[in-house]
Amino acid sequence: MAKKVLIVDDEPNIVASLEFLLRQSGYEVHVAADGAAALRQVQAVAPDLVLLDVMMPEKSGYDVCQRIRAHPEWSNIRIVMLSAKGREAEMTKGLSLGADAYVTKPFSNAELVARIGELLQEGGSPEGA
Amino acid sequence: MSTRGRLLAWTAALYGVALAVPAALFMLLAAGLPEQDATALMRVVEQRTPVLLFGALLLLPACAAAVKWLLGGYLAAAQDLAEHTRLIRSANAGLRLEAHGGPLAGVAAAVNELAEAYRGLQRDSEVRAAEARSRLEEERNRLAALMSELTQGVMVCNADGTILLYNEQARMLFAATDAAARPPLVGLGRSLFGLIDRAQIEHAAQRLERSLERGERLPSARLVTVTAAGRLLKVQVAPFLGAQARLAGLVLALEDVTELLGRESQRRSLLQLLAARIRAPAANIRAAAENLAAYPEIEAQRRTQFIDILAAESRALSSTLNDALREYADALKAALRLEDMRVTDLLEFARLRIAGALGVATELDEVADELWVRVDSYALVQAMVHLAVRLRDEHGVRKLALRARPAERYVEIDLAWSGAIVASDALTQWELQPMEGGAEQSPLAVRDVLEEHGGEVWYWSEGVGGLRSGGFRFLIPGAQRAETTARAGGAAQSRPEYYDFDLFARDAVPAALNEAPLVKLSYTVFDTETTGLEPSAGDEIISIGAVRVVNGRLLRNEVFEQLVNPHRALNPDSARVHRIDAATLRNQPAIGEVLPSFHHFCEDTVLVAHNAAFDMRFLELKQASSGVRFSQPVLDTLLLSAVVHPSLEDHSLEAIAARLGVSVMGRHTALGDALLTAEILMKLLPLLAERGIRNLGQALEASRKSYYARLQY
Repeated sequence: MAKKVLIVDDEPNIVASLEFLLRQSGYEVHVAADGAAALRQVQAVAPDLVLLDVMMPEKSGYDVCQRIRAHPEWSNIRIVMLSAKGREAEMTKGLSLGADAYVTKPFSNAELVARIGELLQEGGSPEGA
Repeated sequence: MSTRGRLLAWTAALYGVALAVPAALFMLLAAGLPEQDATALMRVVEQRTPVLLFGALLLLPACAAAVKWLLGGYLAAAQDLAEHTRLIRSANAGLRLEAHGGPLAGVAAAVNELAEAYRGLQRDSEVRAAEARSRLEEERNRLAALMSELTQGVMVCNADGTILLYNEQARMLFAATDAAARPPLVGLGRSLFGLIDRAQIEHAAQRLERSLERGERLPSARLVTVTAAGRLLKVQVAPFLGAQARLAGLVLALEDVTELLGRESQRRSLLQLLAARIRAPAANIRAAAENLAAYPEIEAQRRTQFIDILAAESRALSSTLNDALREYADALKAALRLEDMRVTDLLEFARLRIAGALGVATELDEVADELWVRVDSYALVQAMVHLAVRLRDEHGVRKLALRARPAERYVEIDLAWSGAIVASDALTQWELQPMEGGAEQSPLAVRDVLEEHGGEVWYWSEGVGGLRSGGFRFLIPGAQRAETTARAGGAAQSRPEYYDFDLFARDAVPAALNEAPLVKLSYTVFDTETTGLEPSAGDEIISIGAVRVVNGRLLRNEVFEQLVNPHRALNPDSARVHRIDAATLRNQPAIGEVLPSFHHFCEDTVLVAHNAAFDMRFLELKQASSGVRFSQPVLDTLLLSAVVHPSLEDHSLEAIAARLGVSVMGRHTALGDALLTAEILMKLLPLLAERGIRNLGQALEASRKSYYARLQY
């Protein structure tokens, strides 16, 4: 069965490319445009991996990440944070809040797909976050 | 009259009496005799003339011996008494006369009683003076504390450009980056024009004068200068007003803008680079994309070509952006208001604010002293206070703890509490609110503060139930801070003397140095330690210590101290005195390198040493090899002491120190002895003035006489 990836981003232009790319790579793709929708989708779909943009109105990517990590039953969901800001302090914050990877925009499609592949393979033996 | 004169006079008198008495007896005897007997008596006298003359001659040394025996000790003792009594009054009220035998014992005892009473009076007035002084000192300390806490360098100079005040930061700004360089020195009484171009300062002073004439309030001028070490300084110059609001001096605030300007120009080049490198790929992408959009029926080969262009150009654009941002990461940090600060101080500040303004009990866990951060401390504390207010008002948190620990290039600061659970997105809301804390409100939000710092904050929690604890973790860039306030000289235990406003009153140095009052001169008091006592036999200097005396004040933190590699074996006898071993000296510079630095330190001062001839001989022998000549006037405390107390014989440092009431500490290091000599100089100056020796010419002349007097002796 195909692994499920939830894309959370408020920019439709990047969502279009990511959705296409991940479908092509054989994943079942779901999309949420803001933090609140993301949490509803996590509840409803139970994705294996969340591709999470940091900068969103209302609930930020950090909040969503922290909410997901607060639920023990979601502990094996992999989280990849995407950010247009590449400062070290933000990466440290993301990883401290429980993200598995932090990728800065712009990124290479191939590398992103490879990173997601790796994480989902490791995901077979999840560790508590 | 001198002792010798008195003794001669007494001898002559006694001799006269000794001759006159037998002569008178003889006359008396001869007067009543019959003529025959008188003639016989005269004949006897005539025949015995050689015997009588011999007797008279013999009487002279006998008289001299008698006078010396009877009066010599007495006169010397009286003179000694007078000398010591004068010393008690003028220099050392604690001194007491030794018990004399004979009739002077009573006088000595009476003088001692008088001295005791005098000392009592003196102590009384000293206590009152000390009270007045301590009030003044308090003011000065406040000033010094204020100056030393400033991150800016500050200097004040009078109209002649003589430095009256400076702080440690100013000294550091002009300090050499490598030991071999000899930049102009910052010091009281030294010239500002050695540090900053005279024309620049004069231009600023003229502008200020014009502003003052126009009645402008708070006029100031700016200039930029380069130090000898190549640092770029921004200098703000403000007037120091004297009587009738005239320009009496200048106040200079100095800031090192080397990095700031560097960063500014980096930022500019980043912008130029981005503009240049992004324009082209953006144009290529746009052209290709517009073609694809406008001509959907385009042939397959062309279509592939345009798509390849899109892919290649956007790849290039991404990497250009990433490279540029990485390369110029430092330039993008807005460091304008950031300064390096000890984390302990930052947290103590935060603790006081949170506890004081909000009534939230806050404890501060121990933080390593060497932990520093680069912060806008006011804004960061305001951010902490804002979060503490939200915690108190929305979650009833009334007890907080502050902690910090290093985390690679950052420092993690925790504002922690126990019990309350905070929704994870509450912080995100609070971060975006305008900060408030007590009565204050700021247009900025916590997020703005963190952006400024290049820092982050997040919420964490752990544990369950009653043991649950949580906190806000600030991630703040760390800073490396070398301890710049550590004193190099090591001699100063008291508060460093970085200021001397009395220099304001100082007249311009008279053309003829000889006319200059001794108390107004700048002195370099120095001492050397050597391998032995014979410079001509190859003995060498192994250590030079010196301290400055300016305008009658001993500047304990303006010192020179340098060990010297003598390139020869140490004499074991000398080594016992100075306790410097050969291994220590092996890594020290040679005399040829040290003397130019020392020469530089002594510039425009009068040299002072104890038994200066000895030290000067060593310096003169090195004149050819080091290329520096010490041509300034030299005063010798040994000779000056002999001028002041000509009848006393012991003019060793110890003896003078004991006499003048100077405590002896740290002897037999060059700097220790230089400091002792300087204190003795300060005590000698008023004693010289009592003898009418007030200027340098008089002091040199008196020294010369005293020198020959001692030679003859």
